[in-house]
Amino acid sequence: MSSPPIRHESLPAMKYVDEFRTPQILRNALDEIKGLVEPGRHYRIMEVCGGHTHAIFRFGLKELLPPQVELIHGPGCPVCVLPMGRMDDGLDLANDPEIIFTAFGDMMRVPGSKGSPLESKARGADVRIVYSPLDALRIARQNPARKVVFFAIGFETTAPSTALTLLRARELGVTNFAVFCNHVTIVPAILAILDSPDMRLDGFIGPGHVSTVIGCRPYEFIARDYRCPIVVSGFEPADILQSLVMILRQLRAGTSVVENQYCRVVPWSGNLAALKALAEVFEVRPHFEWRGLGFISHSALRIRERFAAWDAEKTMSIRGVSVADPKAAQCGEVLKGVLKPHECKLFGKECTPERPIGALMVSSEGACAAHFKYRGVKLQTAS
Amino acid sequence: MCLAIPAQISALSEDDTRLATVDIMGVRRKVNVELLQDDPPTPGDWVLIHVGFAMSKISHAQATEQLDMLARLGEASAALDEAGGYEFAADTP
Repeated sequence: MSSPPIRHESLPAMKYVDEFRTPQILRNALDEIKGLVEPGRHYRIMEVCGGHTHAIFRFGLKELLPPQVELIHGPGCPVCVLPMGRMDDGLDLANDPEIIFTAFGDMMRVPGSKGSPLESKARGADVRIVYSPLDALRIARQNPARKVVFFAIGFETTAPSTALTLLRARELGVTNFAVFCNHVTIVPAILAILDSPDMRLDGFIGPGHVSTVIGCRPYEFIARDYRCPIVVSGFEPADILQSLVMILRQLRAGTSVVENQYCRVVPWSGNLAALKALAEVFEVRPHFEWRGLGFISHSALRIRERFAAWDAEKTMSIRGVSVADPKAAQCGEVLKGVLKPHECKLFGKECTPERPIGALMVSSEGACAAHFKYRGVKLQTAS
Repeated sequence: MCLAIPAQISALSEDDTRLATVDIMGVRRKVNVELLQDDPPTPGDWVLIHVGFAMSKISHAQATEQLDMLARLGEASAALDEAGGYEFAADTP
């Protein structure tokens, strides 16, 4: 197994709106945004999903917007929000000579307090990259004498695949397989941000792929109770700008509802088969720690008792202690949107994609990695 | 992990209705289609794949758009690595 590649593909700087596939749509959306912005008002709009963060940096969308419209990067990068303590727990499992430790490639370079999974592998631990949890189960079937652990992370986009893998493990009677479950759920994180006293937000660009699973309904009470528009959005530049138009229209009209800009992919009710699998295998944890956001009630999933035989937290020794982030790193502030990535003292100096200190510098969906990669990408509205 | 990879269904597995052979950017792989049980795909349909599981059916236009998007985000080769890495159905004919 080769180590996960660090990607530095040469990307042409996207300079002119005309280079987009739909320049006229973009120009129209930008004109409408400019028309909707009220003089003297500042708009703080959070894109929840890391995929949107990546697209916003890649296409330099911030540069196109009127200065009163500020985009705040949200907590929707699962690698970034996993706290150091859970990472260390995972690394303890990885370093156990009896265990084959499997995880997505995204996790391999994420630093715990004593190194990353990749560094454990270099020291001789049996750490393997998988691209699907079903591949971790396959490794368990191929190695009946070894214990195989899958380090499960992700929001509702990946949680159903872990659920179906556990159902499959039970069906096949695979006894040497366990999941270390770190799945989190998006709605409690949005609530925690809205309840945070140092955070004022005017609207949300809602996650695209998470919503293919959970649909749009779970956001309805947020829009209603917090009077905050939420628009579930696609990932194209035109989608993101169109979603901003929809949010600003609501703010202008004084309404706050959930709208689905990405209805070509996201059904309003979500994916019922996926929701059923989630409910069968997982239950909500009373609390879970998030990097930067602290402990959030009901914000993560754990494996139900009936699947305890495949739950690493039940069958293996896991310390489960909270570990503070490195003191100098300000990942928490960046994750909450209080600091911009480049305002962190370590950004681009001690902490780079090659030598990440914080998780936000590892994943391409992390605000710091995206900011680092696309520094200097500026758009001009050539007309 | 968070990549949504567009793929076209080439054939449904005869031995295991949970699996289908798909074409992912020219790579042939079996993926799990259980989550589409309420609206099962047929050969020729386009789907979005996450970590080996088809999560939603999409149009051809949407698939093209997503492929283009992956390329422009510099994630196309990561998506190919991921798709090429699905091995869970390698033993199934």
